[in-house]
Amino acid sequence: MTTLKNSKGFWLSIVLALIFFGIMQFSISSGMLNPFYINTLMFIGINIMLATSLHLIIGITGQFSIGHAGFLAVGAYASAVMTMKLELPFIIAILAGGIIAAAAGMVIGIPSLRLKGDYLAIATLGFGEIVRIVLLNIEYVGGASGMQVSHLTTWPWVFACVMITVIVIRNFTNSTHGRACISVREDETAADAMGINTTYYKVAAFVIGAFFAGVAGSLYAHNFYIIQPSNFGFLKSFDILIFVVLGGLGSLSGSVLAAILLTIVTTFLQDYPETRMIIYSLVLILMMIFRPQGLMGTREISTLFTHKKTKGGKKDGSHNTVA
Amino acid sequence: MEATIPLLKVDSVGIRFGGLKAVSDVNVELFPGELVGLIGPNGAGKTTFFNLLTGVYVPTEGTIALNGENLKKQPPYKITRKGISRTFQNIRLFSELSVIDNVKVAYHSLAKHAIVSSIFRLSGHFSGEKDMDEKALEFLRIFNLDHFKDEKAKNLPYGQQRRLEIARALAANPKLLLLDEPAAGMNPHETKELMNLIAFIRKEFNLTVLLIEHDMSLVMGVCERIYVLDHGQLIAHGKPGEIRNDPKVIEAYLGEEVL
Ligand SMILES: Nc1ncnc2c1ncn2[C@@H]1O[C@H](COP(=O)(O)OP(=O)(O)OP(=O)(O)O)[C@@H](O)[C@H]1O
Ligand SMILES: [Mg+2]
Repeated sequence: MTTLKNSKGFWLSIVLALIFFGIMQFSISSGMLNPFYINTLMFIGINIMLATSLHLIIGITGQFSIGHAGFLAVGAYASAVMTMKLELPFIIAILAGGIIAAAAGMVIGIPSLRLKGDYLAIATLGFGEIVRIVLLNIEYVGGASGMQVSHLTTWPWVFACVMITVIVIRNFTNSTHGRACISVREDETAADAMGINTTYYKVAAFVIGAFFAGVAGSLYAHNFYIIQPSNFGFLKSFDILIFVVLGGLGSLSGSVLAAILLTIVTTFLQDYPETRMIIYSLVLILMMIFRPQGLMGTREISTLFTHKKTKGGKKDGSHNTVA
Repeated sequence: MEATIPLLKVDSVGIRFGGLKAVSDVNVELFPGELVGLIGPNGAGKTTFFNLLTGVYVPTEGTIALNGENLKKQPPYKITRKGISRTFQNIRLFSELSVIDNVKVAYHSLAKHAIVSSIFRLSGHFSGEKDMDEKALEFLRIFNLDHFKDEKAKNLPYGQQRRLEIARALAANPKLLLLDEPAAGMNPHETKELMNLIAFIRKEFNLTVLLIEHDMSLVMGVCERIYVLDHGQLIAHGKPGEIRNDPKVIEAYLGEEVL
């Protein structure tokens, strides 16, 4: 019953997304949308992919990873090598970016078997920095001065990749595998005791998350004319982290929403980077004070419409840490 | 004790944490279908013993065998799949998950659909999830939790949380069920209901149950045999009547007006 309702909402949102795609495509091809807005649109798409892929790792599986720009960088450079050096088609480059980033995800997923909390955060931060520094020192990809990339990223590519990312992550989450990941987030000891191979699911989350960050990297690289290691520093990881935290840890639609809102804010404050930092910090502080669970908490947009406003169970909800 | 082979055979098992011998030289045998109690004063090592059985800790001495198979160095999730599942002294539910999803997580290892099948929504995903739904609901019905199924686990009243934890442990399809103070914090009425329930599921699912409990009258009432731990060592073992009159047990509990 509930699954039927959910899948109705699912198809409805797909139809709405396709209509949106059509309108945008028409506006772009007819020249109604100026390049500034087109570029914003691309960034929104890429950031949605980054936000939702990190959401899978942090929000669903509870692995506090703060080196997501590392996967973005791997995808960006891998795909740029495919198109620029090996002269392969863009679709191959996109896939290669995803797959190579996924391999990196497996590598960084392995230490997460042993590390928890702060230690994992530091390890992933280190990973992001290592990727950046390695790229900085490879002459083949241009070192610090960066690598020339052709502009191949178009709205249909971005739209298709965003849709695939969101649908795959949604489908994974709403299945026994997603529940296994959430059980790891909720209580790893209990998950283990219930027969969940916690290591496997942690690595799976890293691999899937890294794959889509890598795909986003391919689109990101080919949306510029040049990529440089400095595009992928810690601040980039931090931006992605903010999407997830602001959207509400554990909410896919929250991540999407936050990615859209913050990308728009950032774009319009592009010329005032200091103002942007101040606004960002203010938003975060206000958020922590008034809504520490994020925009959406752990809820999804779909449940906002179906849920009745009867919340009476609070009385007995507070003794879960007795004994 | 029948002449059958034991389901669980624990052979001089022990563990030390630094200088502290939390459990040492413990021998326990459980036979199929038994309901056995494990008692002892605070800090005796009861929970630690459960952690040894479930692979949370690796024993520094001795062996543990389930159905004749040595469990040495098996990770917890594999031990669960081989047939030992448990509840925790401090409730460890997946609190943000719904009641039914808690049970489904335990049923996960019996699910047959792979990640790929779920991502591409192949037919295996739907039949697999449907099967899990039905099975999980069955467990909730037994525990009278079915009308809470979509509630978040953390919003359940305390007593129901304890019951949900047992339902979840049962969904992992154990041969041996370990219950760590399942009645802690319950009122006498709830406790009585719980004990009837444990007796029922034990018959229904052909379980062997090992029960840690502080309420002595309760243990004496329902268990067929009892092991007594004190300072990490077994000090007595036998039928409830024998345990009640054992001088060593009385001494260990001296000052605790429970016997
Ligand atoms: N990981 C650990 N590291 C160090 N010491 C530990 C560890 N786990 C348990 N202990 C110690 O082992 C001893 C036995 O603890 P345990 O929790 O097994 O007792 P218990 O019989 O379950 O007591 P209670 O009735 O209070 O639950 C205690 O002294 C405890 O401090
Ligand atoms: Mg204990």
